[in-house]
Amino acid sequence: MNPGRFARPWRIASPLAVGAVLLVLWEAVVRVEHIPPYILPGPLAIGESLWTDGPSLLGSLLVTLRVTLAALAAAAIFGGAIAVLFSLSRILELSLFPYAVILQVTPIVAIAPLIIIWVREPFLALLVCAWIVAFFPVVANTTVGLNSADRNLLALFRLYGASRGQVLRYLKLPTALPYFLAGLRISGGLALIGAVVAEFVAGTGGTETGLAFRILEAGYRLVIPRLFAALFLLSLTGIVIYLVLDALSRALLRHWHESALEEDEG
Amino acid sequence: MRGIGKRFRSGLAALEAIDLDLGAGEFLSILGPSGCGKTTLLRIIAGLAEPSEGERRLSLTVDGGGHIPSGGVGFVFQDPTLMPWSTVIDNVLLPFRLARRVGSAERERVREEIRAVGLAGFERAYPRQLSGGMRMRVSIARALVTDPDLLLLDEPFAALDEITRTALNDDLLRLWENRRTTVVFVTHSVFESVYLSTRIAVMTTRPGRIAADLPVELPQPRERALRMSPGYAAICATVSNTLARAMADQSQ
Repeated sequence: MNPGRFARPWRIASPLAVGAVLLVLWEAVVRVEHIPPYILPGPLAIGESLWTDGPSLLGSLLVTLRVTLAALAAAAIFGGAIAVLFSLSRILELSLFPYAVILQVTPIVAIAPLIIIWVREPFLALLVCAWIVAFFPVVANTTVGLNSADRNLLALFRLYGASRGQVLRYLKLPTALPYFLAGLRISGGLALIGAVVAEFVAGTGGTETGLAFRILEAGYRLVIPRLFAALFLLSLTGIVIYLVLDALSRALLRHWHESALEEDEG
Repeated sequence: MRGIGKRFRSGLAALEAIDLDLGAGEFLSILGPSGCGKTTLLRIIAGLAEPSEGERRLSLTVDGGGHIPSGGVGFVFQDPTLMPWSTVIDNVLLPFRLARRVGSAERERVREEIRAVGLAGFERAYPRQLSGGMRMRVSIARALVTDPDLLLLDEPFAALDEITRTALNDDLLRLWENRRTTVVFVTHSVFESVYLSTRIAVMTTRPGRIAADLPVELPQPRERALRMSPGYAAICATVSNTLARAMADQSQ
Protein backbone atom coordinates (compact mmCIF):
# COMPACT_ATOMS: atom_id res chain seq x y z
CA MET A 1 0.00 0.00 0.00
CA ASN A 2 1.30 3.39 -0.96
CA PRO A 3 1.63 5.58 2.17
CA GLY A 4 1.30 8.69 -0.01
CA ARG A 5 -2.37 7.89 -0.54
CA PHE A 6 -3.27 8.68 3.05
CA ALA A 7 -4.13 12.21 4.03
CA ARG A 8 -1.60 14.06 6.13
CA PRO A 9 -3.71 14.09 9.39
CA TRP A 10 -3.78 10.29 9.33
CA ARG A 11 -0.03 10.04 9.06
CA ILE A 12 0.33 12.00 12.28
CA ALA A 13 -2.77 10.79 14.12
CA SER A 14 -2.39 7.04 13.61
CA PRO A 15 1.09 6.59 15.15
CA LEU A 16 0.04 8.92 17.99
CA ALA A 17 -3.06 6.77 18.61
CA VAL A 18 -0.93 3.61 18.70
CA GLY A 19 1.42 5.32 21.17
CA ALA A 20 -1.47 6.39 23.41
CA VAL A 21 -2.97 2.88 23.44
CA LEU A 22 0.41 1.35 24.35
CA LEU A 23 0.91 3.86 27.18
CA VAL A 24 -2.54 3.08 28.62
CA LEU A 25 -1.84 -0.67 28.39
CA TRP A 26 1.55 -0.17 30.06
CA GLU A 27 0.05 1.81 32.93
CA ALA A 28 -2.73 -0.77 33.33
CA VAL A 29 -0.33 -3.73 33.45
CA VAL A 30 1.89 -1.98 36.02
CA ARG A 31 -1.10 -1.23 38.24
CA VAL A 32 -2.92 -4.53 37.90
CA GLU A 33 0.22 -6.63 38.44
CA HIS A 34 1.54 -4.33 41.19
CA ILE A 35 4.96 -4.12 39.55
CA PRO A 36 7.27 -2.09 41.81
CA PRO A 37 8.64 1.13 40.22
CA TYR A 38 12.27 -0.02 40.65
CA ILE A 39 11.50 -2.87 38.24
CA LEU A 40 9.20 -1.11 35.79
CA PRO A 41 7.65 2.29 36.48
CA GLY A 42 4.40 3.21 34.73
CA PRO A 43 4.23 6.09 32.26
CA LEU A 44 2.62 8.35 34.91
CA ALA A 45 5.54 7.81 37.31
CA ILE A 46 7.97 8.52 34.49
CA GLY A 47 6.06 11.67 33.60
CA GLU A 48 6.20 12.77 37.20
CA SER A 49 9.95 12.17 37.30
CA LEU A 50 10.30 14.09 34.03
CA TRP A 51 8.51 17.00 35.73
CA THR A 52 10.50 16.99 38.98
CA ASP A 53 13.93 15.98 37.59
CA GLY A 54 13.33 17.79 34.31
CA PRO A 55 15.43 20.93 34.96
CA SER A 56 18.50 19.03 36.14
CA LEU A 57 18.09 16.43 33.36
CA LEU A 58 17.82 19.22 30.78
CA GLY A 59 21.10 20.61 32.06
CA SER A 60 22.71 17.22 31.48
CA LEU A 61 21.03 16.94 28.10
CA LEU A 62 22.69 20.21 27.11
CA VAL A 63 26.10 18.74 27.95
CA THR A 64 25.45 15.68 25.80
CA LEU A 65 23.93 17.78 23.05
CA ARG A 66 27.00 20.00 22.86
CA VAL A 67 29.23 16.96 22.32
CA THR A 68 26.79 15.53 19.77
CA LEU A 69 26.44 18.69 17.71
CA ALA A 70 30.16 19.44 17.77
CA ALA A 71 30.86 15.85 16.63
CA LEU A 72 28.26 16.16 13.87
CA ALA A 73 29.72 19.45 12.67
CA ALA A 74 33.21 17.92 12.70
CA ALA A 75 31.88 14.89 10.82
CA ALA A 76 30.32 17.14 8.18
CA ILE A 77 33.41 19.32 7.74
CA PHE A 78 36.18 16.75 8.01
CA GLY A 79 34.15 13.93 6.46
CA GLY A 80 33.35 16.14 3.48
CA ALA A 81 36.93 17.37 3.19
CA ILE A 82 38.34 13.82 3.34
CA ALA A 83 35.92 12.74 0.60
CA VAL A 84 36.98 15.68 -1.60
CA LEU A 85 40.65 14.76 -1.06
CA PHE A 86 39.83 11.17 -2.01
CA SER A 87 38.12 12.35 -5.20
CA LEU A 88 41.11 14.50 -6.15
CA SER A 89 43.64 11.75 -5.65
CA ARG A 90 42.87 8.14 -6.40
CA ILE A 91 46.08 7.00 -4.71
CA LEU A 92 45.11 8.83 -1.54
CA GLU A 93 41.71 7.16 -1.58
CA LEU A 94 43.20 3.71 -2.18
CA SER A 95 45.74 4.09 0.61
CA LEU A 96 43.55 5.74 3.25
CA PHE A 97 40.03 4.39 2.72
CA PRO A 98 40.80 1.00 4.38
CA TYR A 99 41.84 2.85 7.54
CA ALA A 100 38.60 4.78 7.58
CA VAL A 101 36.84 1.42 7.41
CA ILE A 102 38.99 0.02 10.24
CA LEU A 103 38.19 3.04 12.38
CA GLN A 104 34.51 2.51 11.62
CA VAL A 105 34.31 -1.22 12.37
CA THR A 106 36.32 -1.10 15.61
CA PRO A 107 33.77 -0.88 18.45
CA ILE A 108 33.95 2.57 19.99
CA VAL A 109 33.43 1.10 23.47
CA ALA A 110 36.74 -0.69 23.07
CA ILE A 111 38.80 2.33 22.06
CA ALA A 112 37.00 5.01 24.08
CA PRO A 113 39.04 4.31 27.27
CA LEU A 114 42.27 4.83 25.31
CA ILE A 115 41.05 8.08 23.83
CA ILE A 116 39.97 9.29 27.24
CA ILE A 117 43.44 8.54 28.59
CA TRP A 118 45.22 10.19 25.66
CA VAL A 119 43.06 13.27 25.32
CA ARG A 120 43.22 15.11 28.62
CA GLU A 121 40.49 17.64 27.97
CA PRO A 122 37.22 15.79 28.77
CA PHE A 123 35.03 17.61 26.24
CA LEU A 124 37.57 17.01 23.50
CA ALA A 125 37.87 13.32 24.43
CA LEU A 126 34.12 12.84 24.15
CA LEU A 127 34.09 14.81 20.92
CA VAL A 128 36.76 12.60 19.37
CA CYS A 129 34.86 9.43 20.33
CA ALA A 130 31.58 10.71 18.91
CA TRP A 131 33.33 11.94 15.77
CA ILE A 132 34.92 8.54 15.11
CA VAL A 133 31.45 6.98 15.15
CA ALA A 134 29.85 9.71 13.08
CA PHE A 135 32.29 10.59 10.31
CA PHE A 136 32.24 7.42 8.24
CA PRO A 137 28.78 7.68 6.63
CA VAL A 138 29.64 11.19 5.43
CA VAL A 139 32.99 10.09 3.96
CA ALA A 140 31.61 6.95 2.32
CA ASN A 141 28.49 8.60 0.89
CA THR A 142 30.21 11.76 -0.30
CA THR A 143 32.95 9.72 -1.98
CA VAL A 144 30.34 7.78 -3.93
CA GLY A 145 28.58 11.04 -4.80
CA LEU A 146 31.73 12.74 -6.05
CA ASN A 147 32.41 9.76 -8.30
CA SER A 148 28.90 9.63 -9.77
CA ALA A 149 29.03 12.71 -11.96
CA ASP A 150 27.25 12.23 -15.28
CA ARG A 151 29.80 10.98 -17.85
CA ASN A 152 28.42 13.11 -20.65
CA LEU A 153 28.50 16.22 -18.49
CA LEU A 154 32.12 15.39 -17.68
CA ALA A 155 32.82 15.13 -21.41
CA LEU A 156 31.09 18.47 -21.95
CA PHE A 157 33.19 20.11 -19.24
CA ARG A 158 36.31 18.74 -20.94
CA LEU A 159 35.10 20.05 -24.30
CA TYR A 160 34.87 23.55 -22.84
CA GLY A 161 38.32 23.25 -21.30
CA ALA A 162 37.21 23.16 -17.66
CA SER A 163 39.92 23.00 -15.02
CA ARG A 164 39.89 20.34 -12.29
CA GLY A 165 38.74 22.97 -9.84
CA GLN A 166 35.83 23.92 -12.08
CA VAL A 167 34.82 20.30 -12.55
CA LEU A 168 34.85 19.89 -8.78
CA ARG A 169 32.96 23.09 -8.06
CA TYR A 170 30.34 23.10 -10.81
CA LEU A 171 29.85 19.38 -11.38
CA LYS A 172 31.16 17.01 -8.70
CA LEU A 173 30.17 18.95 -5.58
CA PRO A 174 26.57 19.56 -6.69
CA THR A 175 26.29 15.90 -7.76
CA ALA A 176 27.57 14.79 -4.36
CA LEU A 177 25.30 17.06 -2.31
CA PRO A 178 22.35 14.63 -1.99
CA TYR A 179 24.75 11.81 -1.05
CA PHE A 180 26.47 14.03 1.52
CA LEU A 181 23.13 14.97 3.07
CA ALA A 182 22.00 11.34 3.22
CA GLY A 183 25.26 10.52 4.98
CA LEU A 184 24.76 13.41 7.37
CA ARG A 185 21.30 12.14 8.37
CA ILE A 186 22.83 8.80 9.36
CA SER A 187 25.69 10.58 11.12
CA GLY A 188 23.25 12.64 13.19
CA GLY A 189 21.96 9.58 15.01
CA LEU A 190 25.44 8.06 15.23
CA ALA A 191 26.93 11.22 16.77
CA LEU A 192 24.39 11.00 19.58
CA ILE A 193 25.13 7.30 20.09
CA GLY A 194 28.86 8.03 20.05
CA ALA A 195 28.48 10.79 22.62
CA VAL A 196 26.41 8.55 24.92
CA VAL A 197 28.84 5.64 24.66
CA ALA A 198 31.80 7.91 25.35
CA GLU A 199 30.06 9.33 28.43
CA PHE A 200 29.32 5.82 29.67
CA VAL A 201 33.01 5.03 29.47
CA ALA A 202 34.24 8.39 30.72
CA GLY A 203 31.97 8.65 33.77
CA THR A 204 31.66 12.19 35.06
CA GLY A 205 35.04 13.03 33.60
CA GLY A 206 34.84 16.61 34.76
CA THR A 207 32.60 19.11 36.42
CA GLU A 208 29.73 18.58 34.01
CA THR A 209 27.69 15.41 33.73
CA GLY A 210 25.97 14.39 30.53
CA LEU A 211 22.69 12.57 30.17
CA ALA A 212 24.36 9.18 29.71
CA PHE A 213 26.03 9.41 33.07
CA ARG A 214 22.69 10.35 34.65
CA ILE A 215 21.26 7.12 33.21
CA LEU A 216 24.09 5.08 34.74
CA GLU A 217 23.73 6.87 38.04
CA ALA A 218 19.95 6.37 38.15
CA GLY A 219 20.48 2.69 37.41
CA TYR A 220 22.96 2.28 40.26
CA ARG A 221 20.59 4.00 42.66
CA LEU A 222 17.53 2.15 41.37
CA VAL A 223 15.76 5.43 40.58
CA ILE A 224 14.27 3.76 37.56
CA PRO A 225 11.63 6.43 36.72
CA ARG A 226 14.45 8.96 36.33
CA LEU A 227 16.35 6.50 34.15
CA PHE A 228 13.32 6.23 31.89
CA ALA A 229 12.88 10.01 31.89
CA ALA A 230 16.50 10.46 30.78
CA LEU A 231 16.05 7.75 28.15
CA PHE A 232 12.95 9.53 26.87
CA LEU A 233 14.87 12.79 26.54
CA LEU A 234 17.66 11.02 24.62
CA SER A 235 15.23 9.45 22.13
CA LEU A 236 13.48 12.76 21.70
CA THR A 237 16.81 14.45 20.99
CA GLY A 238 17.67 11.81 18.39
CA ILE A 239 14.32 12.33 16.67
CA VAL A 240 14.71 16.11 16.66
CA ILE A 241 18.22 15.85 15.18
CA TYR A 242 16.88 13.59 12.44
CA LEU A 243 13.96 15.90 11.67
CA VAL A 244 16.19 18.97 11.50
CA LEU A 245 18.65 17.25 9.14
CA ASP A 246 15.76 15.95 7.04
CA ALA A 247 14.31 19.45 6.75
CA LEU A 248 17.74 20.83 5.84
CA SER A 249 18.11 18.19 3.15
CA ARG A 250 14.70 18.97 1.68
CA ALA A 251 15.35 22.70 1.73
CA LEU A 252 18.66 22.35 -0.11
CA LEU A 253 17.43 19.86 -2.71
CA ARG A 254 13.87 20.99 -3.23
CA HIS A 255 14.38 22.39 -6.72
CA TRP A 256 15.92 19.41 -8.35
CA HIS A 257 16.44 16.15 -6.49
CA GLU A 258 13.93 13.30 -6.64
CA SER A 259 14.19 12.69 -2.91
CA ALA A 260 12.92 16.17 -2.10
CA LEU A 261 10.06 16.42 -4.58
CA GLU A 262 6.57 17.07 -3.29
CA GLU A 263 4.29 14.08 -3.64
CA ASP A 264 1.75 15.78 -5.87
CA GLU A 265 4.40 16.85 -8.35
CA GLY A 266 6.25 14.64 -10.68
CA MET B 1 40.07 13.76 -41.53
CA ARG B 2 42.17 11.11 -43.19
CA GLY B 3 42.27 7.38 -42.60
CA ILE B 4 40.68 7.59 -39.21
CA GLY B 5 40.54 4.28 -37.37
CA LYS B 6 39.52 3.46 -33.85
CA ARG B 7 40.27 0.28 -32.02
CA PHE B 8 39.05 -0.30 -28.51
CA ARG B 9 41.38 -1.79 -25.94
CA SER B 10 39.50 -5.06 -26.32
CA GLY B 11 40.87 -5.18 -29.87
CA LEU B 12 37.45 -4.62 -31.33
CA ALA B 13 37.76 -2.37 -34.36
CA ALA B 14 35.10 0.31 -34.08
CA LEU B 15 36.06 2.41 -37.06
CA GLU B 16 38.20 1.66 -40.09
CA ALA B 17 39.74 3.90 -42.74
CA ILE B 18 37.34 6.76 -42.37
CA ASP B 19 37.99 9.67 -44.72
CA LEU B 20 35.83 12.65 -44.13
CA ASP B 21 36.11 16.20 -45.37
CA LEU B 22 33.83 18.81 -44.02
CA GLY B 23 33.04 21.96 -45.93
CA ALA B 24 32.28 25.13 -44.04
CA GLY B 25 28.57 25.76 -43.64
CA GLU B 26 27.67 22.19 -44.52
CA PHE B 27 24.98 20.17 -42.77
CA LEU B 28 26.36 16.64 -42.83
CA SER B 29 24.37 13.71 -41.52
CA ILE B 30 26.12 10.54 -40.50
CA LEU B 31 23.57 7.82 -41.03
CA GLY B 32 23.97 4.25 -39.92
CA PRO B 33 22.55 1.40 -37.86
CA SER B 34 23.02 1.20 -34.11
CA GLY B 35 26.50 0.17 -33.08
CA CYS B 36 28.27 1.26 -36.26
CA GLY B 37 30.55 3.66 -34.44
CA LYS B 38 28.74 6.88 -35.32
CA THR B 39 29.02 8.18 -31.79
CA THR B 40 32.69 7.22 -31.58
CA LEU B 41 33.35 9.07 -34.83
CA LEU B 42 31.57 12.15 -33.52
CA ARG B 43 33.59 12.05 -30.30
CA ILE B 44 36.80 11.86 -32.34
CA ILE B 45 35.69 14.89 -34.36
CA ALA B 46 34.97 16.72 -31.10
CA GLY B 47 38.36 15.77 -29.68
CA LEU B 48 36.72 13.86 -26.83
CA ALA B 49 38.31 10.62 -28.04
CA GLU B 50 41.60 10.07 -29.82
CA PRO B 51 41.79 7.97 -33.00
CA SER B 52 44.11 4.96 -32.74
CA GLU B 53 45.23 5.57 -36.31
CA GLY B 54 44.97 8.35 -38.84
CA GLU B 55 44.90 12.05 -38.27
CA ARG B 56 42.26 14.53 -37.51
CA ARG B 57 42.75 18.04 -38.74
CA LEU B 58 40.25 20.76 -38.18
CA SER B 59 40.87 23.79 -40.31
CA LEU B 60 37.73 25.49 -39.15
CA THR B 61 39.72 27.44 -36.66
CA VAL B 62 43.18 28.75 -37.25
CA ASP B 63 45.03 26.33 -35.08
CA GLY B 64 47.79 24.13 -36.43
CA GLY B 65 47.92 21.62 -33.61
CA GLY B 66 44.40 20.40 -34.23
CA HIS B 67 43.46 21.67 -30.83
CA ILE B 68 40.09 23.35 -30.81
CA PRO B 69 39.73 26.41 -28.61
CA SER B 70 36.99 25.96 -26.07
CA GLY B 71 33.74 27.25 -27.44
CA GLY B 72 34.76 26.36 -30.98
CA VAL B 73 32.70 23.20 -30.91
CA GLY B 74 29.17 22.73 -29.62
CA PHE B 75 28.05 19.23 -28.67
CA VAL B 76 24.52 17.95 -28.17
CA PHE B 77 24.23 14.51 -26.61
CA GLN B 78 21.55 11.86 -26.98
CA ASP B 79 20.21 12.94 -23.58
CA PRO B 80 19.77 16.61 -22.76
CA THR B 81 22.68 16.24 -20.28
CA LEU B 82 21.67 19.25 -18.20
CA MET B 83 22.71 20.05 -14.66
CA PRO B 84 19.52 19.31 -12.69
CA TRP B 85 20.53 21.69 -9.89
CA SER B 86 20.76 24.68 -12.23
CA THR B 87 18.11 26.81 -13.88
CA VAL B 88 17.79 27.04 -17.66
CA ILE B 89 19.82 30.28 -17.59
CA ASP B 90 22.67 28.75 -15.61
CA ASN B 91 22.73 25.67 -17.81
CA VAL B 92 23.05 27.74 -20.97
CA LEU B 93 25.59 30.01 -19.28
CA LEU B 94 27.87 27.04 -18.49
CA PRO B 95 30.26 27.40 -21.47
CA PHE B 96 30.92 31.05 -20.54
CA ARG B 97 31.29 30.20 -16.87
CA LEU B 98 33.91 27.54 -17.68
CA ALA B 99 35.73 30.05 -19.88
CA ARG B 100 35.60 32.51 -16.95
CA ARG B 101 33.75 34.99 -19.11
CA VAL B 102 30.53 35.91 -17.35
CA GLY B 103 29.68 39.52 -18.06
CA SER B 104 26.55 41.38 -19.04
CA ALA B 105 27.27 40.74 -22.72
CA GLU B 106 27.39 36.99 -22.09
CA ARG B 107 24.22 37.11 -20.01
CA GLU B 108 22.46 38.98 -22.81
CA ARG B 109 23.76 36.40 -25.30
CA VAL B 110 22.33 33.60 -23.11
CA ARG B 111 18.90 35.26 -22.98
CA GLU B 112 18.96 35.75 -26.72
CA GLU B 113 19.81 32.09 -27.32
CA ILE B 114 17.09 30.91 -24.95
CA ARG B 115 14.61 33.03 -26.93
CA ALA B 116 16.01 31.63 -30.19
CA VAL B 117 15.18 28.05 -29.18
CA GLY B 118 11.68 29.15 -28.13
CA LEU B 119 12.06 28.99 -24.37
CA ALA B 120 11.45 32.64 -23.48
CA GLY B 121 9.73 32.77 -20.10
CA PHE B 122 11.40 29.58 -18.86
CA GLU B 123 14.74 31.16 -17.92
CA ARG B 124 14.30 30.50 -14.22
CA ALA B 125 12.82 26.99 -14.58
CA TYR B 126 14.70 23.88 -13.44
CA PRO B 127 15.19 21.01 -15.90
CA ARG B 128 12.76 18.72 -14.08
CA GLN B 129 9.97 21.25 -14.64
CA LEU B 130 10.44 21.00 -18.42
CA SER B 131 9.27 18.41 -20.95
CA GLY B 132 11.75 16.19 -22.80
CA GLY B 133 11.57 18.36 -25.91
CA MET B 134 12.12 21.55 -23.94
CA ARG B 135 15.15 20.05 -22.19
CA MET B 136 16.61 19.20 -25.57
CA ARG B 137 16.06 22.83 -26.62
CA VAL B 138 18.04 23.96 -23.57
CA SER B 139 20.80 21.57 -24.60
CA ILE B 140 20.82 23.02 -28.13
CA ALA B 141 20.86 26.57 -26.76
CA ARG B 142 23.86 25.69 -24.60
CA ALA B 143 25.70 24.25 -27.62
CA LEU B 144 24.96 27.34 -29.75
CA VAL B 145 25.54 30.06 -27.18
CA THR B 146 29.26 30.34 -27.91
CA ASP B 147 28.56 30.68 -31.66
CA PRO B 148 30.61 27.57 -32.39
CA ASP B 149 32.23 26.99 -35.78
CA LEU B 150 31.18 23.38 -35.58
CA LEU B 151 28.00 21.95 -34.08
CA LEU B 152 27.95 18.22 -33.35
CA LEU B 153 24.71 16.43 -32.55
CA ASP B 154 24.60 12.79 -31.43
CA GLU B 155 21.12 11.41 -32.19
CA PRO B 156 19.65 14.29 -30.22
CA PHE B 157 16.00 13.53 -31.01
CA ALA B 158 16.07 9.72 -30.81
CA ALA B 159 14.30 9.62 -27.44
CA LEU B 160 11.54 12.08 -28.37
CA ASP B 161 8.07 11.38 -29.70
CA GLU B 162 7.37 11.87 -33.41
CA ILE B 163 5.53 15.21 -33.03
CA THR B 164 8.20 16.82 -30.85
CA ARG B 165 10.85 15.41 -33.11
CA THR B 166 9.34 16.95 -36.24
CA ALA B 167 9.02 20.31 -34.50
CA LEU B 168 12.63 20.21 -33.33
CA ASN B 169 13.80 19.21 -36.82
CA ASP B 170 12.23 22.39 -38.19
CA ASP B 171 13.65 24.50 -35.39
CA LEU B 172 17.13 23.10 -35.92
CA LEU B 173 16.85 23.91 -39.64
CA ARG B 174 15.84 27.53 -38.87
CA LEU B 175 18.73 27.91 -36.42
CA TRP B 176 21.15 26.53 -38.98
CA GLU B 177 19.79 28.63 -41.86
CA ASN B 178 20.17 31.77 -39.78
CA ARG B 179 23.82 31.27 -38.95
CA ARG B 180 25.23 28.62 -41.31
CA THR B 181 27.27 26.89 -38.69
CA THR B 182 28.88 23.69 -39.91
CA VAL B 183 26.80 20.83 -38.53
CA VAL B 184 27.53 17.13 -38.13
CA PHE B 185 24.36 15.30 -37.21
CA VAL B 186 24.38 11.64 -36.22
CA THR B 187 21.12 9.77 -36.74
CA HIS B 188 19.67 6.40 -37.62
CA SER B 189 16.63 7.90 -39.30
CA VAL B 190 16.75 8.09 -43.09
CA PHE B 191 13.89 10.61 -43.24
CA GLU B 192 15.44 12.89 -40.70
CA SER B 193 18.82 12.89 -42.42
CA VAL B 194 17.35 13.67 -45.86
CA TYR B 195 15.11 16.43 -44.52
CA LEU B 196 17.88 18.18 -42.64
CA SER B 197 21.15 17.70 -44.47
CA THR B 198 23.04 18.99 -47.43
CA ARG B 199 25.09 15.78 -47.45
CA ILE B 200 24.73 12.29 -46.00
CA ALA B 201 27.52 9.89 -45.09
CA VAL B 202 26.14 6.36 -44.92
CA MET B 203 28.00 4.09 -42.51
CA THR B 204 28.18 0.35 -42.18
CA THR B 205 28.75 -1.60 -39.04
CA ARG B 206 31.68 -3.42 -37.41
CA PRO B 207 34.08 -1.98 -38.23
CA GLY B 208 32.39 1.32 -39.02
CA ARG B 209 33.18 2.48 -42.51
CA ILE B 210 31.75 5.15 -44.75
CA ALA B 211 30.00 3.22 -47.51
CA ALA B 212 28.64 6.16 -49.46
CA ASP B 213 28.76 9.94 -49.43
CA LEU B 214 25.59 11.36 -50.97
CA PRO B 215 24.68 14.98 -51.65
CA VAL B 216 21.11 15.99 -50.87
CA GLU B 217 19.99 18.28 -53.64
CA LEU B 218 16.77 19.67 -52.29
CA PRO B 219 15.71 23.34 -52.34
CA GLN B 220 16.35 25.60 -49.40
CA PRO B 221 14.98 26.85 -47.10
CA ARG B 222 13.22 23.61 -46.40
CA GLU B 223 9.63 23.63 -45.27
CA ARG B 224 7.47 20.94 -43.81
CA ALA B 225 5.65 20.51 -47.16
CA LEU B 226 8.91 19.14 -48.56
CA ARG B 227 8.27 15.94 -46.62
CA MET B 228 5.38 15.21 -49.01
CA SER B 229 7.24 16.02 -52.25
CA PRO B 230 8.29 13.37 -54.81
CA GLY B 231 11.87 14.74 -54.85
CA TYR B 232 12.17 14.11 -51.13
CA ALA B 233 10.71 10.62 -51.47
CA ALA B 234 13.14 9.79 -54.29
CA ILE B 235 16.19 10.79 -52.25
CA CYS B 236 14.88 8.89 -49.22
CA ALA B 237 14.56 5.80 -51.42
CA THR B 238 18.10 6.21 -52.77
CA VAL B 239 19.57 6.64 -49.29
CA SER B 240 17.54 3.72 -47.98
CA ASN B 241 18.75 1.47 -50.78
CA THR B 242 22.36 2.55 -50.31
CA LEU B 243 22.12 1.73 -46.63
CA ALA B 244 20.53 -1.67 -47.32
CA ARG B 245 23.15 -2.51 -49.96
CA ALA B 246 26.00 -1.47 -47.72
CA MET B 247 24.71 -3.70 -44.94
CA ALA B 248 24.20 -6.60 -47.31
CA ASP B 249 27.80 -6.26 -48.58
CA GLN B 250 28.97 -6.23 -45.04
CA SER B 251 27.29 -9.47 -44.05
CA GLN B 252 28.84 -11.42 -46.94
